[in-house]
Amino acid sequence: MNNLYLKNIVTLKLDKEACVKCGMCINVCPHEVFELKNSKLEMINRDRCMECGACQINCPVGAISVKAGVGCAYAMIKGALTGTEPSCGCGDGDSGCC
Amino acid sequence: MITNKLTNLKPKCSCSGPSSTLLNTSMSINIQQTTAELGIVDHFTHLRLRLGISRYSKVDPGIYKVGNPDQDSLVFISANYVMSFNKLRNALKGMNAWIMVLDTKGINVWCAAGKGTFGTNELIKRITDVKLSEIVKHKIIIVPQLGAPGVSAHEVGKATNFKVIYGPVRAEDLKTFVNNGFKATKEMRQVNFNLTDRIVLIPVEIKMILKYAIAASLLFYFINHFGSNSNFINDVLIMLLLAIVSGTILSPILLPFVPFRAFSLKGFLISLIAILAYIAYAGLTSPYLVAGSILLFPALSAFISLNFTGASTYTSVSGVRKEMRRYIPFIIGFLTVGFILITISLVRGI
Repeated sequence: MNNLYLKNIVTLKLDKEACVKCGMCINVCPHEVFELKNSKLEMINRDRCMECGACQINCPVGAISVKAGVGCAYAMIKGALTGTEPSCGCGDGDSGCC
Repeated sequence: MITNKLTNLKPKCSCSGPSSTLLNTSMSINIQQTTAELGIVDHFTHLRLRLGISRYSKVDPGIYKVGNPDQDSLVFISANYVMSFNKLRNALKGMNAWIMVLDTKGINVWCAAGKGTFGTNELIKRITDVKLSEIVKHKIIIVPQLGAPGVSAHEVGKATNFKVIYGPVRAEDLKTFVNNGFKATKEMRQVNFNLTDRIVLIPVEIKMILKYAIAASLLFYFINHFGSNSNFINDVLIMLLLAIVSGTILSPILLPFVPFRAFSLKGFLISLIAILAYIAYAGLTSPYLVAGSILLFPALSAFISLNFTGASTYTSVSGVRKEMRRYIPFIIGFLTVGFILITISLVRGI
């Protein structure tokens, strides 16, 4: 099942010139956003990006940028009410409660 | 506490040979034995966590043996959330391996990686603290893929000479991954959110809403009690229950089958259908009660469903922010007007 969230909203950017095609982003992406096509890295499922930031932090040449954060309404409401950075206080389950 | 229980479980002792040299080098390092088998206590702990009875259950950070590992055995990294650790050791059944547990404050791998506690610094610190280079001869550590949002593989490599290999998303794929020479299939790299994944989250969703539901029920009860004391209160409480069931149970189950991408709209639609069905079934005719219910209860479910974004595995922060900006004003408006209408209905019995 391909779960899709809102279209055309994620902050993910790829600098194809800087990319060294190491494939690390392909390894760490949980939603198959990247693919090497004809030895070029492409974002084939950009709308599936959940902005977890794994590709950015693991890109050895800084070719990927994304404003990473937790896609959690509860965390954002809590953050807005307390005037702090949105951060979920959850440790339950392993299905990505953040 | 947990580790005491774990270490009390019988270590699989076929202890001969390979670990003797190891023990000499690791005299000063506290190595604990664990097992791949999960006991009744472990399953009970998992159940408590799933039901939301307890939230955190920690394992001591450090290095653990599964079976009888030696200097060539693989090293797997985990979080000190008991369910993360247990799933990993259970997946290593029949293997001799090392597990290095990071201090993630009792939070699971993915969430901790998002916060950065399952992160580059903690990984480097732990490698140094347990003297990993004395425990194994090789320079490979297998980090769960979901730890990647917090771990920079190249930074860890620079600092420690250990090469980070990202294992599959799910621990149960680990053996296949290792047997295939550290190659993960596309499926192994993908996070799902299938029916089972969604259903196990329901108890915690219910638990989170419970006290608000009780407060709302009492509020309506007293408004009615000091108002008209009419039978409408029964309908209101049943519809409140329907709204909560829609938001906490039906929304997660039906998530991929309901139109719209925004979670709040999914919750709104499911609840609206339930409320309209109830209005028809109960033959409600009070215009205040009907109009108020159509506004209040679906909006309430929309809000509960909106919060399910945090439990889902695919919503981005930018997306959730957009959804909130777009729909929260409507939710607040609907809740306010709906509440006023229902209050009028209960107070005046019309």
